[in-house]
Amino acid sequence: MSATTQTGAAVDISRLSKIYKTREDDDVLALDKIDLRIEPGSFVAVVGPSGCGKSTLLSLLAGLTPASTGSISIDGDGVSRPHPKTGVVFQSDLLLYWRTVLDNILLPIEIKKLDAAKYRQRAEELLAQVGLEGFGNKYPSELSGGMRQRVAICRALIQEPGLLLMDEPFGALDALTREQMIMDLQSMWLRLGNTVLFITHGIDEAVFLADRVLVMSPRPGRVDLDLKIDLPRPRQWSKTHEDKDYHGYVRQIRAIFEAKGILVAH
Amino acid sequence: MASTDVIGAGQAQKKQGNNMSSKKKSRGPWLERYSALILAVVLLGAWQILVPLSGLSEFVLPTPLAIATRIVNELPLLATHGYVTLFEVVVGFAMGVLVGIPLALSIFYSRAFERAIYPILVALQTVPKVALAPLLVLYLGYGWAPKITLAFLISFFPIVISTVVGLQSLDKNLVNLVRSMGAGEWQTFFKVRLPAALPNIFGGFKVAVSLAVIGAVIGEYVAAERGLGYLQLQANSQFDTTLNFATVVAISGLGVMLYFIIDTIESRVTYKRDSAK
Repeated sequence: MSATTQTGAAVDISRLSKIYKTREDDDVLALDKIDLRIEPGSFVAVVGPSGCGKSTLLSLLAGLTPASTGSISIDGDGVSRPHPKTGVVFQSDLLLYWRTVLDNILLPIEIKKLDAAKYRQRAEELLAQVGLEGFGNKYPSELSGGMRQRVAICRALIQEPGLLLMDEPFGALDALTREQMIMDLQSMWLRLGNTVLFITHGIDEAVFLADRVLVMSPRPGRVDLDLKIDLPRPRQWSKTHEDKDYHGYVRQIRAIFEAKGILVAH
Repeated sequence: MASTDVIGAGQAQKKQGNNMSSKKKSRGPWLERYSALILAVVLLGAWQILVPLSGLSEFVLPTPLAIATRIVNELPLLATHGYVTLFEVVVGFAMGVLVGIPLALSIFYSRAFERAIYPILVALQTVPKVALAPLLVLYLGYGWAPKITLAFLISFFPIVISTVVGLQSLDKNLVNLVRSMGAGEWQTFFKVRLPAALPNIFGGFKVAVSLAVIGAVIGEYVAAERGLGYLQLQANSQFDTTLNFATVVAISGLGVMLYFIIDTIESRVTYKRDSAK
């Protein structure tokens, strides 16, 4: 019952496939025999166009969708339902508008029937860490889009998850807010040390944030490139974006998309 | 009258929800804030003045002041009959809730049930319930039973429909969210589905309770020994137009009162999504 470990969880994926049955006979192969090991405490980004299976991968890892074949394990436990060590951040904040910020953050605690009073202080600390000190009693409608997504991240972190799954978490934010969120996410991750799987279609943010970028392409969903990102941390916005290696990584990923016809070279 | 009151109250509530903008808004033109009240006073004033000028007899059209005076004088009589109608409305509406909500849940959770029951419900809804009043009297007698039944029949449909629509319109991602936290269907229902559907459900309640008043009064028109509908028919047969109007005001008052009770309960148990905008 003690708090889950601060350190990250290890993820093992083997021969993982997902087939979506359609009403006609043409079933969609969303993921095709994925093999993957994610080291504890690493930050892994998955980049790919819409329909490449990256969101399916996240949904399977979150235990929301059953795999067709193959297996996933988190710290050695097979995943067939949502794993208690996992926290998820979705593209939209999905805050419950009838609950205060604090009660939104404590929702996972309530659902797991843990003592909410014990986690109240941790929720306040998390809020302070994302620059929302004193916002606990506000309602989501009183917050901006960026603030709401910060609250959603706090909600995912309240139980100190070993594995944080993020499904295009900054996709709905404006460019300036996004930049700030990327920086904040990095510092939070450096502090917490949990494993992060970050789904995005932004090549820049994937390379900027991750230790390792998986490039996926659709039909069938496969990992085309497994790229280790070797840039010093903590990464600074301007400095890293001017780094020669950074651009090298971005170019490598773009090359894949161009070869696949997902991006047309011009 | 009733509907303008209701809109006014809704706006007042929204302003309360947001202190920052209410300060700004309250400095706005007072004419705008009280426009409904002012218009009502002007119309009633015109009525008061024009009736004597037009030479219409009090038996045809009494003045608002005469009606108001009569209401005050007949308060015990109106209350006695009002209680009867109130009882019929409340019991009929409560039955509508007790039957409507479980039915809505069954429709929401069972595809087969939805397929079986929805067409029947819609077909039944095309029957004007009011037309059933004479039959209900035939079967259930002259007491409160046919009135309650009519109030129930007329209020139950909006409750079912609004509850089903409320449950179905939920963002599917919210279900995924709580499932990812380990929630089963029971918790998903109480943490997300029900609270998200409450505004719709209460909307249905408000429509239903207003209709239940109509149901009960129509029932009383057909055959009754007490109740506001009965009192009104009595006044009619005695050419007591002032009492007739007084009864109309009492019936409206009953509907408005019930509406506000539901509105108050709603504001206690739900948080209005747009209150900060």
